[in-house]
Amino acid sequence: MAQYLVKRVLLAIVTIWLVATLTFSLMHLVPGGPFLAEKSPSAATLQALEEKYGLDKPVIVQYKNYIVNLIQGDMGESIKQRGRTVSDLIFTGFKVSARVGGIAILVAVSIGIPLGCIAALNRGKWLDNVIVLISTCGVAVPGFVVGTVLMIIFSVKLNLLPTYGLSSWKHYIMPVMSLAFYPTAYISRLMRSSMLEVMGQDYMRTARSKGLPQWKMLFKHALRNAVLPVITYLGPLLAYTLTGSFVVEKIFTIPGLGNAFISSITGRDYTMIMGTTIFLASLVILMNLIVDIAYKVIDPRIKLK
Amino acid sequence: MSKVLLDMKNVRVSFFTPAGEVKAVNDISFQLKEGDVLGIVGESGSGKSVTAYSIMGLLATGGRVVGGTIDFNGHRINEMTEKELRKIRGNEVSIIFQDPMTSLNPVYTIGNQICEVIIQHTDKTRKEAMERAEELLSLVGINEPKKRLKQYPHELSGGMRQRVMIAIALACEPKLLIADEPTTALDVTIQAQILELMNDLKEKIGMSIIMITHDLGVVASMCQKIVVMYAGKIVEYGSVDDIFYNPQHEYTKGLLRSIPKLDDKEHKKLVPIEGSPVDMLNPPAGCPFAPRCESCMKICLREMPEYTAISDDHYSACWLLQKKEFEGGSGKNE
Ligand SMILES: Nc1ncnc2c1ncn2[C@@H]1O[C@H](COP(=O)(O)OP(=O)(O)O)[C@@H](O)[C@H]1O
Ligand code: SF4
Ligand SMILES: [Mg+2]
Repeated sequence: MAQYLVKRVLLAIVTIWLVATLTFSLMHLVPGGPFLAEKSPSAATLQALEEKYGLDKPVIVQYKNYIVNLIQGDMGESIKQRGRTVSDLIFTGFKVSARVGGIAILVAVSIGIPLGCIAALNRGKWLDNVIVLISTCGVAVPGFVVGTVLMIIFSVKLNLLPTYGLSSWKHYIMPVMSLAFYPTAYISRLMRSSMLEVMGQDYMRTARSKGLPQWKMLFKHALRNAVLPVITYLGPLLAYTLTGSFVVEKIFTIPGLGNAFISSITGRDYTMIMGTTIFLASLVILMNLIVDIAYKVIDPRIKLK
Repeated sequence: MSKVLLDMKNVRVSFFTPAGEVKAVNDISFQLKEGDVLGIVGESGSGKSVTAYSIMGLLATGGRVVGGTIDFNGHRINEMTEKELRKIRGNEVSIIFQDPMTSLNPVYTIGNQICEVIIQHTDKTRKEAMERAEELLSLVGINEPKKRLKQYPHELSGGMRQRVMIAIALACEPKLLIADEPTTALDVTIQAQILELMNDLKEKIGMSIIMITHDLGVVASMCQKIVVMYAGKIVEYGSVDDIFYNPQHEYTKGLLRSIPKLDDKEHKKLVPIEGSPVDMLNPPAGCPFAPRCESCMKICLREMPEYTAISDDHYSACWLLQKKEFEGGSGKNE
């Protein structure tokens, strides 16, 4: 286990370094710079600014400096939001995104899994058909459509829910629903098909032949096996949702990481772009590691190597 | 005379599928006495497993006992609810399946899966159940039982897993153990070991056993009585000697012919008889074996033969026997 973790951490460091290098190169290949948008800066100001952020040096030197700082855990200051460090900005944004995203995932899991089970247990009956229909629609409709439709119904027409910000629980309803819609549908489909597969397995027949009650067959023998595909899906889902869906954050004007990332790209906020990308990459890697370990805990056949 | 433990009377089992009614078991009757070992022999698809499952009320969805009665140990099985059946399954009657590789739940330890059935049917505590599980593992010939209890199925070989399945089946000391082709999925050497174990246990525990197989060698060494099934029907029933030395049905004869050497007690698998099995969705009106039977007569295609008793405990459904009886009878008349 310890050996495995060391291996994964080393692999993670290499991956993050690659991501950082690639982002850095792309960023500098794209035309434009952080100060072009500012109202006609004089040549002197421009130079002063570039000097301050080290942008006057050759790109390769900038790269070296960045990596050296990064290793020391310093991602620098935001170029656009002066006076604030990148880590601070990411942390602030992530707190918001993770709260909304976390709730959305909880909703998706706690609705999707039971829904899939119910469908599987009622295979071919009307309840199953209804769930399959809803979840098929669910995976076909993108989150921003859900968000927009919700907004039209609940805010514009009924005037029940606020459209932007996060100042009360009411503000969470629509963003969470928009974020949770697709994963709920997807999880229920995953769960349904894996549940159906598990129910046809020989060990379920064995469980029945032991005279076990229905609930024990379901919760002990079926669920633990059937939930494995959902766990696999949870890795990428967690990383994606926790960091904030860009579109949903834009629609509901949520000051999350997704929003921050988009503005940093449009504004060529070099340090912010680098910081957020590296943060996202690390998060994806971390989530995948957690999922792999969770998988191992649930299914003893899995060998971590 | 020992008590009748299982009495199957005119049992019919059908599966209701979108394609129509599959009459998987069609009017079968037999009895099993306490302590006896009964063999059920027949090729794949002849209804052996369905017969076994019907005894435990274990039929897959869509399957129903549509006729006859199943009486087991004082229970009318075919009239019991699922809830009532649960008290019997794993307790009074248990079953071992064909494929030990898939019959155990991969995510729980061996100990957990043995204890589960003990806790379900007795009021033993978890600790007592674990002790009993350890005992059972020794009983089925597994070494280092304490260590095995904590292992997962994938850490054990096929033969070991089948031993675990046997341990689970024996956990509550059932009156009847059904073994549904328990060795078919195993290597030849392991097959022999498992059979030896079952023979041992039969002596030690003295429960009744139904041994389902398509390996005649297996039934020869273990059973008192043999049921030969074909296309959901019992085509012949008799003692081991009756079946091996005085077979009456053409299918039974074919089965015996397809074993190269019976005398050297080699456990050889049956070579299937030529021709294909019956389409169970559209069974023929006459004898189901007719299309493959070398002695087939006109009447065989038209009508189902009745059972002819050869002796008290030996009967078979074949028109040839009726003919013999008829000719024999007319001979006496002259
Ligand atoms: N779940 C099922 N659904 C439909 N038909 C079934 C099902 N299980 C068994 N049958 C039918 O019952 C017949 C006998 O099956 P089975 O008892 O499993 O044969 P075997 O003698 O090989 O154990 C098969 O030919 C099959 O058509
Ligand atoms: S009844 Fe006819 S077809 Fe069937 S086994 Fe006997 S001889 Fe053959
Ligand atoms: Mg079978």
